[in-house]
Amino acid sequence: MTTTTERPPAAEVEKAARIKPKRRITGGGILHAWTWVIIAWLVLPILVMILFGFNDTPGRYNQTWVGFTFKWYGRLFEYPDLTSALVTSLVIAVVASLLSGALGTGIGYALGRYRFRGSGSLNLIMFATMSSPELIMGASLLSLFVSAGAGLGPVTITIAHVMFSISFVAVVVRARVMTLDRSIEEAAADLGASPWTTFWKVTFPIILPAVFSGVLLAFALSIDDFIVTAFTAGTTKTFPLWIWGATRVGLPPQVNVMGTLIFAVGVFFALAANIRSSSKSKRD
Amino acid sequence: MNRVKNKIAPYLLVLPGGLWLLIFFAVPMVAMLSLSLQEGDIVNGYRFTGHWQTYTEAISNYDTQIIRSLIYGAVATLILIVLAFPVAYWIAFYGGKRKATYLFLVLLPFFVSFVLRTISWRQILTDEGPLLHPLREAGLISQSFHILGTPTAVILGLVYNFLPFMVLPIYVALERIDPRVVEAARDLYANPATTFRKVIFPLALPGVFAGVLMTFVPASSDYVNSEVLGSSETTMIGQVIQAQFLENSDYPTASALSFVLMLVLLIGVFTYARILGTEDVMKVAAR
Repeated sequence: MTTTTERPPAAEVEKAARIKPKRRITGGGILHAWTWVIIAWLVLPILVMILFGFNDTPGRYNQTWVGFTFKWYGRLFEYPDLTSALVTSLVIAVVASLLSGALGTGIGYALGRYRFRGSGSLNLIMFATMSSPELIMGASLLSLFVSAGAGLGPVTITIAHVMFSISFVAVVVRARVMTLDRSIEEAAADLGASPWTTFWKVTFPIILPAVFSGVLLAFALSIDDFIVTAFTAGTTKTFPLWIWGATRVGLPPQVNVMGTLIFAVGVFFALAANIRSSSKSKRD
Repeated sequence: MNRVKNKIAPYLLVLPGGLWLLIFFAVPMVAMLSLSLQEGDIVNGYRFTGHWQTYTEAISNYDTQIIRSLIYGAVATLILIVLAFPVAYWIAFYGGKRKATYLFLVLLPFFVSFVLRTISWRQILTDEGPLLHPLREAGLISQSFHILGTPTAVILGLVYNFLPFMVLPIYVALERIDPRVVEAARDLYANPATTFRKVIFPLALPGVFAGVLMTFVPASSDYVNSEVLGSSETTMIGQVIQAQFLENSDYPTASALSFVLMLVLLIGVFTYARILGTEDVMKVAAR
């Protein structure tokens, strides 16, 4: 709109402004309610899981509500094999997320910074790992391990987890590297810093938050994974595999408590990362 | 000197991760193809014989499960579009400052293990559970009414578990729409329905496409939902593959079935991409 066009009288503008949001609210009202219905539906089974961690059930059979108790939180480690499955899951998740963090950062940095031959095929294989069904990835890895005569266990699980996490880390890091202001690096070079120093003192600290969220994502993918893990575990039990095996004999309330704790820790980290990044963007 | 360094640098950075993907993603596919053409058993070992009959036998034995899986996946995907689109639309256009909060709420299920979430649904849907028990007591449903063990339960589980994968890509597509385009449509006297049909929906299509890709593929190859919520009447191909691999150790049949499933899904995805236009696929792939 140019300044020379006739402006409508102020009263009319005000009227229009008053009418417009009103129309949006009626249209948006149904959508708003719908969104909350869907969110409630999404949260329902989580609430059931948390609730049954407080169920005063007499034994391993935790299907009907008996009464409220805190005792399962005190007796969390009553099933040694459940505890060791949880520990196995945690160890694998730590190793796999750190490894895929390192490998994925390399790929993400290269893709965000350089143009090089083969980047197209690399993008394609990354896209394939992110969109392939887990069942196929698990089945093909098992085929490889069977053909190679490799024993299945924590190592093969970790290999598999690193494989499907690398691309996610790379995508997150690539996005950060692409938006990076290169003049800062040039300034460092102008001040006599070697490329090595520039990378570690300037570039790396800038992309570190992206690396960190990539590692967190990889950790979440790993600790949660069931299908690929089932194919590469052999007799090793991770937390989800233990639950799967125990469903037929009944899941003790400790499973709900551990699920609740993992949920709480995950939400905490996600919120902390979110608050940190939003306060940072305000400062920028 | 620096230029030479810049030429090798990307390859050095990519090498470890790239090799990992090559050895543990690409090579296994070849290993699986090879295994499917071998004969033998777990005790005496396998030998490559090019025995392609495994494929015809596997397909004729399990065609019901393959077709059922594709139908469940397709039905779940259609329901997902209907459920997720309004949510993504509302968050993108009315979310205001709380967009991130709403997206976070939609993603909450991902903080609970997939298996545990599905088992939680079984607890809700069981005959003596909090949903059916009161309804039966009140005489609203008959004694023989069940949800668990039916296709409904399995599809409900699939829809539940993959919902965030449909909301997110549609949201991203809607979020990118320039508000001025929508305003222009209104200025040209398009009513809200026409604006939606002619402007917003076409621009959201790449997101819907990505969502379909991200839900149909895992849903039709899933075996957790039908195992936990279904019965022998709802067996999906994923369960067959899992059992052949991990319980019966019939590796050739299992590999052949996996390969068939992969091919069917790939053909499905590419046909679908063809109908929608390849440009969208490239956009999705580039993301």
